[in-house]
Amino acid sequence: MKRLFALSAAALSLISTPIAAQDIAITGATVATGDGSDPIENATVVVQGGRVVAAGTGVAVPAGMATLDGSGTWVTPGIFASITNLGLVDVGAVSDSNDIRAGNSPYHAALDVSPAINPAAQDFGYSRAGGVTRASVTPGASSNIFAGQGAIVDLGDDFDAVTERRAFQVVEMGERGASLAGGSRTSVYAMVRNSLSEARHYASEGSWDEHGMLTRLDAEALVPVVTGQQKLYVTVHRAADILSVLALRDEFPRLDLVLIGATEGWMVASQIAASGVPVITGALTDLPASFEQLAATQSNVGRMVDAGVTVAIGGYESSGDHPRNLPQQAGNMVALNRVPGASGLSWGEAFAAITSVPAGIGGLEGRAGVLAAGAHGDLVIWDGDPLEVSSAPLRVFIDGVEQPLDNHQTRLRERYRTLDESQLPPAYRR
Amino acid sequence: MDRQFLKGGPAAAFVTIASLALASCTTASGGSSMESASASAADTSGSEDSPYASTYERYPGVPTALVGAVIYDGAGGRIDNGTVLFADGEVVAIGGADLAIPDGYTQIDGTGRYVTPGIIDIHSHLGNYPTPSVSAHADGNEATSPTTPEVWAEHSVWPQDPGFSRAMANGGITSLQILPGSANLMGGRTVTLKNVPSRTVQGMKFPGAPYSMKMACGENPKRVYGGRGRMPSTRMGNFAVNRETWLQAQEYAAEDNPDRDLAMETLAGVLAGEILIQNHCYRADEMALVMDMADEFGYQVAAFHHAVESYKIADLLRENEVCSAVWADWYGFKMEAYDAIPENAAMIHNAGACVVIHSDDENGIQRLNQEAAKAQADGRRMGIEIADADVISWITLNAARAMGIDDMTGSLEAGKMADVVLWNGDPLSIYSRPEMVWIDGALMYDMNIPMMRPVSDFELGQPGEGDVK
Repeated sequence: MKRLFALSAAALSLISTPIAAQDIAITGATVATGDGSDPIENATVVVQGGRVVAAGTGVAVPAGMATLDGSGTWVTPGIFASITNLGLVDVGAVSDSNDIRAGNSPYHAALDVSPAINPAAQDFGYSRAGGVTRASVTPGASSNIFAGQGAIVDLGDDFDAVTERRAFQVVEMGERGASLAGGSRTSVYAMVRNSLSEARHYASEGSWDEHGMLTRLDAEALVPVVTGQQKLYVTVHRAADILSVLALRDEFPRLDLVLIGATEGWMVASQIAASGVPVITGALTDLPASFEQLAATQSNVGRMVDAGVTVAIGGYESSGDHPRNLPQQAGNMVALNRVPGASGLSWGEAFAAITSVPAGIGGLEGRAGVLAAGAHGDLVIWDGDPLEVSSAPLRVFIDGVEQPLDNHQTRLRERYRTLDESQLPPAYRR
Repeated sequence: MDRQFLKGGPAAAFVTIASLALASCTTASGGSSMESASASAADTSGSEDSPYASTYERYPGVPTALVGAVIYDGAGGRIDNGTVLFADGEVVAIGGADLAIPDGYTQIDGTGRYVTPGIIDIHSHLGNYPTPSVSAHADGNEATSPTTPEVWAEHSVWPQDPGFSRAMANGGITSLQILPGSANLMGGRTVTLKNVPSRTVQGMKFPGAPYSMKMACGENPKRVYGGRGRMPSTRMGNFAVNRETWLQAQEYAAEDNPDRDLAMETLAGVLAGEILIQNHCYRADEMALVMDMADEFGYQVAAFHHAVESYKIADLLRENEVCSAVWADWYGFKMEAYDAIPENAAMIHNAGACVVIHSDDENGIQRLNQEAAKAQADGRRMGIEIADADVISWITLNAARAMGIDDMTGSLEAGKMADVVLWNGDPLSIYSRPEMVWIDGALMYDMNIPMMRPVSDFELGQPGEGDVK
């Protein structure tokens, strides 16, 4: 028995109560699988038991499965937002509501965002409504170069957000790191080497070096870093600094590095590619915001990708950036291809840079950010090309569960749709 | 860090990627019947009453005919397969394919391309918070007194800010207003610039543009001064200090031949209608109070900037003829931005009030066209249809009106400055970029000619000099 729905905004507004994982087939849509390939027109996506079964043309819909007519829509995997503060903050400038940094804590590397994440924060809902289905959540450094441990989350409308706690450690090794380390990059490297050495001691001896500089918890937290079991996200921008960071592996060969920022990465792209270390960067950094970003250009991503570097688009560059604007960053990379002398991305590459590539860096290769058999059933149905600024999600599914898209903003919109207060004030409209 | 807070906008609480130390801070079609803000504005181009006068003169250009493009004229008009003629620095005519092209015009094929007026950012800190964003460059807030009407933003502008060229090449920006920051209730005079590379700020000053004065409501002034144990420390303190200052200004303005007083000269200029008010203000209730304060003392607010709650009082804003200069979708970085919604611009427009899309950001200024497109689409999804040509006015003529320069630029009308952008596609699409930019009829940027990409002194000899950026 088939159910047919028209995917319209009107229909969308009726859907507010999430239900359990649905088996769902969408036909006739333009499908982008997230794997770097071009979009496929008139394609089918099948999700069963919360997992993707198949996506593409020539895909058969299992008998009896509810089918949505996807005509005129685009269907993609959900966006994977890297380097976010989702669930750590309600209002940035209201410090009581902001758990990004712990400047007065005696702990650093041991800090773990997982128990602090609040999936009910409005930004979770806003991002979900923007098509973001999974993310990395990252602590901010404020009194030490080690910021602590980040987590991988899904953006489902429940309290079970964290899918991998302690997924990575974060360390600042550029200008900001220099400031935190005591005023110079020299101290950054001394501090990193000492910290990793103490962790190695802890790992090999099975005991804390009480004469060391690290607290027991911080030393313990760096053990999986130095043994390569936990990724080390390193914020670094300057070309020379990037090479110095990569050289850390001469002394600590098991480090599983990810470069964050890498504004001047294009200048040393071949070395980054040879190292196999992936990069997460903002796509549109093009100003010499600091002396470690003098060579900033929007072509950074494209040039690194051309050199063979694995590059995800993520993070916040300016005050207005939010996870839901990642498609705008990616779309600009496509626009760049039409600027002589610039290096952009193809549509497929750009979309992969906000889906499968960051998911892979986040430890979910083949399992998220891609419409491939066995992957999480994270689907976004868009009203148009998802990289186009005028497009938005119509419906969002995470693990096959349709998600509510209403939130504080949508409620305000509806309340003030009219300014008529002839009968009662707006406070009574809800 | 205070920097962005005080600029007015937000700060992404976090950061990493761009060294981000950033904390967050931070009109006309719309069916508006608003009169030009420039009605009685004073000329700033050089008399003894106008020190630091503009020395800008247009660069050479050739009579040019843009042929075959879609034209958005900035005033709500659209012409498909249109023609734009400009010569001697001015728009000569716009029309359809049948518009006769006089002899001697260089024709540029605009097939598949779009033409708009030069994009205008009503809220920028290029030059007074330039990159590199080092503290030695932080010249936007004279945060030593809650009222500093005596300071002039132009005395802080560093013309070598690399951000000016990015704004032109990526954003098609031809005019912009540089404001003091928002630490102070009365932050000082703004300056309106032509986005031309120059050795001096005088060489950028927009000839004939009126001054504005920056004011700020809400969190920033009370935080900055309350944190020092002085007035204002509350919103009521904000108003008390403002009102006391306006009373002084009224007394000063009533005097015959008063002694010179830089602060009072600015305020008296506001009361005389010669200097406009650009008022940083987020919350609806505060905007309503500010409009009453303006009535109390006899001045007009040209625009509320960062007005994230304008949608709640769009009717009042329409009645008071005050523009709202807004982001498309910034929210949440500070308490007074908590109720920001992405439909704000469309809802203001739909109520018949004036919308301007602004940046307050050295990155955002490179994409005002995209921000406008987002705001348009968010309106469409709630049932508010706004024509593309009207949306373009949010970043052209409406901005010009609120800055008092709409009789000179902001739309493609015969006799206006030939500030023109040729886009390589629909400017409301993510996939389009400026291809050529003219300022007063002079070609200042050409995507296809590397030497037509200006490079600031700061970037000479640095890695990536002259890169596409």
